[in-house]
Amino acid sequence: MALSTNLSPDKQREMLRQMLTIRRFEERASADYLAGKIYGVVHCYIGEEAVAVGVCTALGGNDRIISTHRGHGHCIAKGADLNRMMAELYGRQTGYCKGKGGSMHIADFGIGMLGANGIVAGGISIVTGAGLAAQMEGKGGVAVSFFGDGASNAGPFHECLNIAAAWKLPMIYVCENNMYAAQTAAAQTHALPDVAARAAGYGIPGIVVDGNDVFAVHQAASGAVDRARSGGGPTLIECKTYRWRAHTERKGQPDPRDQAEVEAWKRKDPIALLERQLRDQGELDDPGLRAIEGGVMSALEAAVAFAEASPFPLPEQATDDVFAA
Amino acid sequence: MRELTYNEAALEAIAEEMRRDPKIFYMSTDALPPLLKEFGEQRVKATPITEAAFTGIGIGAAGCGFRPIVDWRQVTFCFVAMDQIVNQAAKIHYMFGGQVTFPMLFRASVGGGGLVAAQHSQSPYSMFMNVAGLKMFLPSTPYDMKGLIKTAIRDNNPVISFESSRLMGRRGPVPDEDYTIPLGQADVKREGSDVTVVALAWLVHEALAAAEELAKEGISVEIVDPRTLVPLDKDTIRSSVRKTGRLVIADEAGPTAGFSAEVAAVVTEDAATFARLKAPVKRVCALQVPIPYSPVLENAVFPDRNRIIAGIREVLDAKQPAAA
Repeated sequence: MALSTNLSPDKQREMLRQMLTIRRFEERASADYLAGKIYGVVHCYIGEEAVAVGVCTALGGNDRIISTHRGHGHCIAKGADLNRMMAELYGRQTGYCKGKGGSMHIADFGIGMLGANGIVAGGISIVTGAGLAAQMEGKGGVAVSFFGDGASNAGPFHECLNIAAAWKLPMIYVCENNMYAAQTAAAQTHALPDVAARAAGYGIPGIVVDGNDVFAVHQAASGAVDRARSGGGPTLIECKTYRWRAHTERKGQPDPRDQAEVEAWKRKDPIALLERQLRDQGELDDPGLRAIEGGVMSALEAAVAFAEASPFPLPEQATDDVFAA
Repeated sequence: MRELTYNEAALEAIAEEMRRDPKIFYMSTDALPPLLKEFGEQRVKATPITEAAFTGIGIGAAGCGFRPIVDWRQVTFCFVAMDQIVNQAAKIHYMFGGQVTFPMLFRASVGGGGLVAAQHSQSPYSMFMNVAGLKMFLPSTPYDMKGLIKTAIRDNNPVISFESSRLMGRRGPVPDEDYTIPLGQADVKREGSDVTVVALAWLVHEALAAAEELAKEGISVEIVDPRTLVPLDKDTIRSSVRKTGRLVIADEAGPTAGFSAEVAAVVTEDAATFARLKAPVKRVCALQVPIPYSPVLENAVFPDRNRIIAGIREVLDAKQPAAA
């Protein structure tokens, strides 16, 4: 278990608040999806919250990230507005994408969140372009690519690690290894058990970290951010974690995973672990936890109310924004 | 007026724009020597041969306030980047609710004539025309090339510059002073009254030669060069056809679901234009085959001035579509 010596108690409680926000947001998104209020497809990040929060806590406001189809956690950890997120899931005009994107395409360029992306590995090169932009801007910014174990087998991962290493781009590549690419076990499709080992092929550091320990993730990310900011180039961080839910929230979807395996990972709950760590340090008690939970729930209820009160787009808005002015 | 080649006109436009705007940078496999010499490695980047990666890198940099030029060189090389072109570049402005712009210029050479066979000769612009969110043009002269490239670089959307391989060394007048040509504006390259030929790139020149030939017989050919494929200048095409009553479309690509099919639809779905048609629309296109290597075969595949002449004679001889 990693120690959290370089983070203030307030910061640590903020990390807990963010992780709880991700979980409660997705529990609600899932329920509302099954109730028919949210459409299409929803991919939940529950169980992996420590990765997004641990990494984003190591970033500054000018740093940029890109996400995946499983993107709510990254949005929340980077500071996205819950109202506009929920409104987007509800398909409303007030959503981040004016109802054009939905769960898989939430972006907020204003806070450096370059978008969830519906194509596995689709965002890796785009965010590497953000790394190039940061290098050309010369203001010490960095860029983070979040992607899964599935994307690590796709061409863009390898092409971009090579370019980022060759050009010494200020990049952090964060593989969220939840052991399954949709329904297929990584053990069936990966030649090596550790994605991080591939970093050696590009001459960059590759770090394996317990992805359910938010302090361990934060520590690894902080080191990688320092290295990137100082011109040292990219780092690959592999966070070993697990998604508690099936690939998507669609009802009746096959989930071939061993239920005992799922339960075993639930006992390694990243939120419970952080709570324990905070209590052990004397930084959290029951009233404190209740206050955090209460704040999270009221923000969530406000977001749902905002979404429900928001108008749907007008049919004629389907032709808006195909091209920019 | 001084003359430049088609390729020189493109490079001059790019260099002038790069001098004007420090946010523009250039990526290609092998840096272009004249640009590299003037602007250095920071702004003229030689990439690994990974079009998928550097197309995506361009998108990300564009979303962060830069104005990248991504040179795929041969259009066939960009097919490995189709996810980035189709799923990302074309869609993200719309998909993200228009919250940020992605100004990018993609460059790709198209067409045949080089005897380099199927994987280095293709005119697949209609594949891209079919994707909402991409603008694109295909100039026929150095003048048009320079003006369109400048406009495209200043545009806030992804724009593809399709450039005819056959025309790279072709010279033409280009003024010294700064000018631009708007996207979506066709150019009537020759006025006439008997038949309209809508032609692209190299086939504009073949159509001009055909028109000269037919003028000797008193046949008056109007040649419309759309220049821009998206957005397409439907008005100029329709008004020319309303005037002449006959349409031949000449394209170096195959006909199937192609640019030529789109032009035919633009003309026939407009009631006022359809009513003026005196003959069925004629398409003079490449054969629908991968481009072969041997000169005999390559020549057999592509249209030229003789086939344009034959196409024009066909529509002149045709009866008005039967009302019965």
